[in-house]
Amino acid sequence: MTDRPTMIAFQDVHKYYGDYHALRGITATIKAGEFFSLLGPSGCGKTTLLRTIAGFEDISSGVVMIDGKDMRGVPANVRPTNMVFQSYAIFPHLSVEENVGFGLRRDPRSKAEKGKAVDEALEMVGLKGFGRRAAHALSGGQRQRVALARALILKPKVLLLDEPLSALDKKMREQMQMELIRLQRQVGITFILVTHDQEEALVMSDRIAVMFEGEIAQLADPETLYRRPGSRQVADFIGTMNFLPAEVLSEAGGRVEVEAQGFGRVTLDADQCMGQATGGAAVGFRPETLTILFDGQQPADRESWAEVEEVVYYGDMTYYDVRLDGTDRAMRISMRNVFGRPVLDIGTRARVAWSPGALVLFR
Amino acid sequence: MRNSPPLLAYAILYLVFLYAPIALLPIFAFNDSVVIAFPLSGQTTRWFGQMWNDVQMFNALRNSLIVATSTATIATILGLLAARASSRFRFPGKGGIMGLIMLPLVLPEMILAMSLLVTLLAIGVNLSLLTVIAGHVLICTPFAVAILSSAFASLDRSLEEAAYDLGETPASTFRLIILPLVMPGLISSFLICFTVSLDEFIIAYFLAGTQPMLSSYIYGQFRFPANVPKVMALGTILVLLSITLLAIAEYFRRRGIARTGGKDTGGFL
Repeated sequence: MTDRPTMIAFQDVHKYYGDYHALRGITATIKAGEFFSLLGPSGCGKTTLLRTIAGFEDISSGVVMIDGKDMRGVPANVRPTNMVFQSYAIFPHLSVEENVGFGLRRDPRSKAEKGKAVDEALEMVGLKGFGRRAAHALSGGQRQRVALARALILKPKVLLLDEPLSALDKKMREQMQMELIRLQRQVGITFILVTHDQEEALVMSDRIAVMFEGEIAQLADPETLYRRPGSRQVADFIGTMNFLPAEVLSEAGGRVEVEAQGFGRVTLDADQCMGQATGGAAVGFRPETLTILFDGQQPADRESWAEVEEVVYYGDMTYYDVRLDGTDRAMRISMRNVFGRPVLDIGTRARVAWSPGALVLFR
Repeated sequence: MRNSPPLLAYAILYLVFLYAPIALLPIFAFNDSVVIAFPLSGQTTRWFGQMWNDVQMFNALRNSLIVATSTATIATILGLLAARASSRFRFPGKGGIMGLIMLPLVLPEMILAMSLLVTLLAIGVNLSLLTVIAGHVLICTPFAVAILSSAFASLDRSLEEAAYDLGETPASTFRLIILPLVMPGLISSFLICFTVSLDEFIIAYFLAGTQPMLSSYIYGQFRFPANVPKVMALGTILVLLSITLLAIAEYFRRRGIARTGGKDTGGFL
């Protein structure tokens, strides 16, 4: 992935709506063939940023480049991008094939060739034989596919997806996530997805830019984002993270020694240490990085005692809220349910195993 | 509430009051007597024949049709531009401008007609069908704006963006996407402006100069009792014409909804 050429480059992009500063100095690059996500809460500027690529939004200052070309003054209809809209924007007065073939109107190819291209595009999205249907008679998932086929038929350099799955129900959404990944691998086009759903971003993306208030808070691959969130804000937005107060004791040779509540004295690598703590230093850890040791299990090299305060049973998983000895708040732990192993009761004393490598220090 | 007899009686009386006078038109149009009164005295179609041979009436009808068609066309085009501007763009003074466009809807027509007449005479414009058209456009444009604004309001903004995104220019997007989707609104607007113009009296009476208009002609005929049955015959034809126009408007409105897959939220019929 690292050796791929740059497809999109943002250089210090600012956008104002009157007094409102919607984009505050975005600088980032998106590589060719990448599945890239813009993730953030509503109002963070992710859709605005996507629309600056499409050409629907002028930027107040900075540069947006697509495939090495400055897009200043280039209108949306000649940019090498196509978009799948949140509302799908299927033309209601046209049939499915007229919708899909809409972008080919200015294509010099013969009618038969265009018809073939439409059929191929419909087949690619699993709508073979739907061409003559009226667009308004389709279900949500089918509209989504028509919108995809309509955008991909033009073989754009970049496909922009503005919360394309938010209107679908959970099952359909998960299915479409897989199909989008498959489709992206098949066509090799750069996909840029806007979403507020962190799970969706983690599942689908090669890299994710997490945005808050018009700025990119962290840009990383899903695993880094999850395991090494750059700030407490990012950590809170992506998945669940537990925090315990900590105190930095010493720093030497890229190693940081920390006294953390519930864990005692631990030594962390430099890559486990993040900035931007609010209200003092804290160590954070994900629910699955702490494990309850059941009777007869080997003692781990780092373990603590804790009391179970809440039990939430999910079938395949059980969530426990446990309070580590020496701490004053409950931490969430997730345990995969294994056959023959009991679900613990509230009030049980339990050993929990952990590893210093799973901790992240925010200071 | 559902089967309340007083409410049912009220509803029936209300409908009778509304439509009985209109139902009288065809009754007396075929009645073989100059006097408009019961009992009826046999059937005849001679009033229709009289009407058919009335050159003055045809002259007035022709003038009114010219005025109504021109008015409906111009008002609908102006309404299209105003509705598009107000639904799509933000600009300073928008509320005030839209308010001024809609104002003739509630302004007494008498005042409009008088002030137009005074102004036209003062600047030396000769009264003709053109001046009637100008007056009618003024009162019809608010109807067109109201109808077309709702047509534009239900138009998803991203449809337009999708068309740009797929390579179309603003002009071709308007032609390929926006126009077909607001077409039912355009047809409704045209037909309603046509109807408003056709039966408008005050402005037509004030601004037509020497040209006879249908509404003022009909009014004039009531001075001669012998001509009244003929007017009844004309009225019958106009009622049929109105129902036909309304049915056409409704057909296009429903077809528009069916084509775009929208939900029917009531219409004329």
